[in-house]
Amino acid sequence: MMNVKELSTKLEYTIFTLPDPAAQVANGYTSDLLSDVMGNAAEESVLITIQAHRNTIAVASLIGIRAIILCNGRTPSPDMVVAAEQETVALLGTAENQFTTSYRIAAALGIS
Amino acid sequence: MQTIPINTYNSPTVILELIYRLKVKDVMTRSLVSVPMGTTMRAVQHLMREKSITGVPVVSDKRLLGIVSMDDIIQALDFGYINEAVELHMTKNLIVLEDDMPVSFAISYFDRYRYHRFPVLSKDKALVGMVTTRDISTRLLWEINHEVENLERMNQSTKITDGLSRDIQSFAILKHDFENAGFASTEVKKKLKQSNVFPRTIRRAAIASYELEMNIVVHSNGGRITAEYGPHEVVITSEDSGPGIPDIDKAMEEGFSTANEWIRSLGFGAGMGLPNVRSVSDDFSITSSPSGTTVVSTIRFSDNEMKPKTTKDPTKEIETNDER
Repeated sequence: MMNVKELSTKLEYTIFTLPDPAAQVANGYTSDLLSDVMGNAAEESVLITIQAHRNTIAVASLIGIRAIILCNGRTPSPDMVVAAEQETVALLGTAENQFTTSYRIAAALGIS
Repeated sequence: MQTIPINTYNSPTVILELIYRLKVKDVMTRSLVSVPMGTTMRAVQHLMREKSITGVPVVSDKRLLGIVSMDDIIQALDFGYINEAVELHMTKNLIVLEDDMPVSFAISYFDRYRYHRFPVLSKDKALVGMVTTRDISTRLLWEINHEVENLERMNQSTKITDGLSRDIQSFAILKHDFENAGFASTEVKKKLKQSNVFPRTIRRAAIASYELEMNIVVHSNGGRITAEYGPHEVVITSEDSGPGIPDIDKAMEEGFSTANEWIRSLGFGAGMGLPNVRSVSDDFSITSSPSGTTVVSTIRFSDNEMKPKTTKDPTKEIETNDER
């Protein structure tokens, strides 16, 4: 368990928006298929993905995902950032790929 | 006073606001094809054919000097000066629009002058664009569509009785409208949350409604999501106007998808949509024909799930009791 602010500082993520720095994350899910995320991601998860558009925010907010990490240096569309703010989902970025991001987050959260 | 070819007296305010709010710069084409002085009429003729345009502005240092129209070219061919420079034969008496003018001006100009296009100048008289009737009608249609959508959304939540029981929400979903996708499911989620439904039930309803909504956006010609709230369950119905699912058994298989490349690149079309809906539903049915597909998903507020989160506020307690 860790809050999104601590997570982003610890792993040096780019912050696109951080509407609720104190939101707790306990788990993670890595996928670029939104239906897969929808059906399988746990609540209070951080979503590791390359889908940098606002539909990702809709999915995240519907199933209680607290933070999205955009991998491979992808940057969000402006409407995605706005949606993230509205839905209180943290939106972060990294140049690392999904695999690296996943194991680093797992380590940071103490899951392994 | 310029006239606009619609009744400005009692037209809907939305439309009036629209033609005054939209500026010429919102509708004009910015990617300009222009030529400098010294260009031959012949070169302009080729340019017109190549780019499929009917008017080319002649520009020097961003200043508009004139326009060569299709008619000017025909004249040049007729009178044998097609190889001469444009500045000798272009149309110089020009009617121009300013980019800050409301679109209503442009409409009335087209009505009054019978030109097919107007050059648009900025405040400091530089040529910044061209506007045609087509530019205006395309943009207006787009805006009107947008406004009507907003109006529909404002009217769609029809309350029948108080409380959760017998409440119905209905949402129009447009084909390929990824921009607004998720709106219906967000509303369903909000509604259930307000009614203190157990989070796991809300999640199931959110998944079902989102997947059904996305199916309409991705695969159908457009349709509707309806959520009917009863005392013990919410029934989510998705109806669309075709083209139908040829093989429902296939569509229910995990991983089977007919989505095209660009839809997949957005992260949709994983072939999990309908299987996801079925797995979160207590009752699930699907029927399909070329004229449309109907999916009904029932999510029950099963007893142990119906219990609200610890409510310390006594008034809240009464409210939730009513809703049972």
